[in-house]
Amino acid sequence: MRIALAATCIADALFPQAPIATVKLLERLGHTVVFPGGQACCGQMHVNTGYFDKAVPVIENHVKTFEPVLDNEWDAVVIPSGSCAGSIKHQQAMVCERAGLPDLAKTANAVAAKTYELSELLIDVLGLTDVGAYFPHRVTYHPTCHSMRMLGVGDKPYQLLRAVEGIELVELPDADQCCGFGGTFAVKNADTSSAMLADKVANIESTAATVVSAGDYSCLMNIGGGLNRKGSATTTMHLAEILASTREDPATPPAPLRAGHSGAAKGARR
Amino acid sequence: MKTFLGIPLARPSESRTAYKSEPGHATTLQGDTGGGHLASEAAHNPTTIPTEPLRWGTSFPEAAQRALSNDQLRHNLGFATKTIRSKRAAVVAEAPDWEDLRDAGSQTKINVLASLPALLEQFERNFTARGGHVHWARDAQEANEIVTRLVKEQDTTEVVKVKSMATQEIGLNEYLAAQGIDAFETDLAELIVQLGDDLPSHILVPAIHRNRAEIKEIFERRMESLPEGMSDAPRELAMAAREHLRKKFLRAKVAISGANFGVAETGTLTVVESEGNGRMCVTLPETLITVMGIEKIIPSFSDYEVFMQLLPRSSTGERMNPYTSMWTGVTPGDGPQNVHVILLDNGRTRALADDVGRAALKCIRCSACLNVCPVYERVGGHAYGSVYPGPIGAILTPQLTGTTGHSDPNASLPFASSLCGACYEACPVKIDIPTLLVYLRNRVAEEDKAKHMPTAWGAAMSAATFVMSDSKRFAAASKGAGALRLMAGKKGYVQNVPLPIIKGWTQSRDLPSAPKETFREWWERTHPDAPQESPLPTDREDNA
Repeated sequence: MRIALAATCIADALFPQAPIATVKLLERLGHTVVFPGGQACCGQMHVNTGYFDKAVPVIENHVKTFEPVLDNEWDAVVIPSGSCAGSIKHQQAMVCERAGLPDLAKTANAVAAKTYELSELLIDVLGLTDVGAYFPHRVTYHPTCHSMRMLGVGDKPYQLLRAVEGIELVELPDADQCCGFGGTFAVKNADTSSAMLADKVANIESTAATVVSAGDYSCLMNIGGGLNRKGSATTTMHLAEILASTREDPATPPAPLRAGHSGAAKGARR
Repeated sequence: MKTFLGIPLARPSESRTAYKSEPGHATTLQGDTGGGHLASEAAHNPTTIPTEPLRWGTSFPEAAQRALSNDQLRHNLGFATKTIRSKRAAVVAEAPDWEDLRDAGSQTKINVLASLPALLEQFERNFTARGGHVHWARDAQEANEIVTRLVKEQDTTEVVKVKSMATQEIGLNEYLAAQGIDAFETDLAELIVQLGDDLPSHILVPAIHRNRAEIKEIFERRMESLPEGMSDAPRELAMAAREHLRKKFLRAKVAISGANFGVAETGTLTVVESEGNGRMCVTLPETLITVMGIEKIIPSFSDYEVFMQLLPRSSTGERMNPYTSMWTGVTPGDGPQNVHVILLDNGRTRALADDVGRAALKCIRCSACLNVCPVYERVGGHAYGSVYPGPIGAILTPQLTGTTGHSDPNASLPFASSLCGACYEACPVKIDIPTLLVYLRNRVAEEDKAKHMPTAWGAAMSAATFVMSDSKRFAAASKGAGALRLMAGKKGYVQNVPLPIIKGWTQSRDLPSAPKETFREWWERTHPDAPQESPLPTDREDNA
């Protein structure tokens, strides 16, 4: 298949390991990955903060960038983020409609119908649960709210992880509870967000996992920031990074940066 | 001003600016209304009941910060919400047609909202034909005046009350008190709130922020007589309340209730409850006055089939609630002979006029969304600054009151959510609360825009639009730049925007540093032969 990758703005700029792993995984599975260079962002942050009018140019850029999928330039669009996929499928057209752009809304819906979150692409489109991955580490999984409730990916990420060779998958207590990120919620309601994160971090630490994984680097940025602040031994990796890992080219869990530091992180995480 | 038991109350030494103090209107009480503090602490924090039940005056983030500092409150809430949550999950799981019931409930409510005027008039005809009296109230003031007049006509200064959100919403108890009429709450949790000089923090269990030790202390402080050696065992506390309330029931000439449903087809009113206090109120006194929001209408008697399955499972986590009382006008020689209903608007038609926002009026006040909400679980109900807390409060309150841009405390409510979606999943009538929250956030932004009120967030979002709607600008901004530079935009609507953001973020989390190589750079390095997409012909510059 020819698959177009929507890298997501946050991963492109800050967590390239997720789209890189997505590319490696899909190429290893024999597919051609294309990175349409015009992409920037899906508009989720603007929409969820209430700035619909300011989201429109962002959404328009996304839709136009991926519109060729409608002419079978590519067979599908993959995006390694549950919340971006959710915004593309459930918000973009609504915002365009509200802005009086029904044609753009229609195109947005059509592109969204061919856009898949990573676990959906692998299981629903490619029909795979065992992707031939190897990752001999103790892992717990945070399902992320938008993957779970907006997209309804169900246990697809778990199906994929269970098939990984060598993995020790441990259940995360209260897994379905939000990590407290919520985009600008984390700064507009920083105290409440922090209280939610503290409970998520405690639950993760109770699993003694080496890695906490999720299908979305926005949640992982929040969780990873909380773990790092606490000086936790657990670090974060995207689902794609675990699935891209093989015996020949094994991924290494990122080392914890340091114990209990009160300022912003210094070095890169990887 | 006298309290429940006639004990004179101390005037507050100073009113918190959060609440307006209007002598003669607001009830002056002791007790911290903001954060559910322990009663012993509360005595040192005298304040007043807010005069506006739907706008207590503090923004959500401020009120939440205060609540979060109260460990006892968080413990009480965490324990209580987890208990109700698991009870609900169990009884919902055993209903094989739960999703069909939700669809039916949702569709019925959508139909009701689409034909509300006709259904209300049908209800009025039927209720009147059976000997009841129908009153229409545009707002809280009108409703309170009607109730007061009806009570005074009975030549009494006491009324007993069934637990009711509509009467909380209009501040009825405080209004009646100012008119010299004592209103006695008879629901156990409402009684605890009333005796504790407190404010409700939950739709169903208004004293959820209290534990049993605190309740025992409140009873000891405020009840006239208590059983010897009463412990804090729930049964003993309930028996003490029962003794206390029995006298009120037998003495009362007037009862005031809300209504869970009003059936247009028959003119029947309904109260759904667990304790039997409601049954006492709607059967014993001679006069029964019901205050019902106009959206509580259901078309026909057979609609109970759906709602009486949805409501108890969603609210108390029971298959069926113990007491369901229905009355249709007057039955000669049986129960109240002087029966009134006040149909309350109070902002509902404002919400109804909004094609998206009106979905909030589907609510049947089950409170399932509160119990599953991770925000509510941590901050409690008082942080929402309204008698309607939690996710439903965050979409209902600002619509009932209207908002005036981001400086209005009620405009902070739609932002009081991480949009995790647990509320929508639990809602028995499928109110898409996350979508409504986002929609109402947009309304706040639009209100600011209409008032030409520049905000830091508006500036930050404009900058982000400039960067994020164009791949070249995005690539330039993200190259070697951190998240904050990205947010601020390279032109820099800068310092005052990112600084508070850093502060909010870094109070509990570290920020990742930017990678050595962005994804785009990696792609170009590793896929040099990949077809380069030509930059899009763009007319977007003007929009940024």
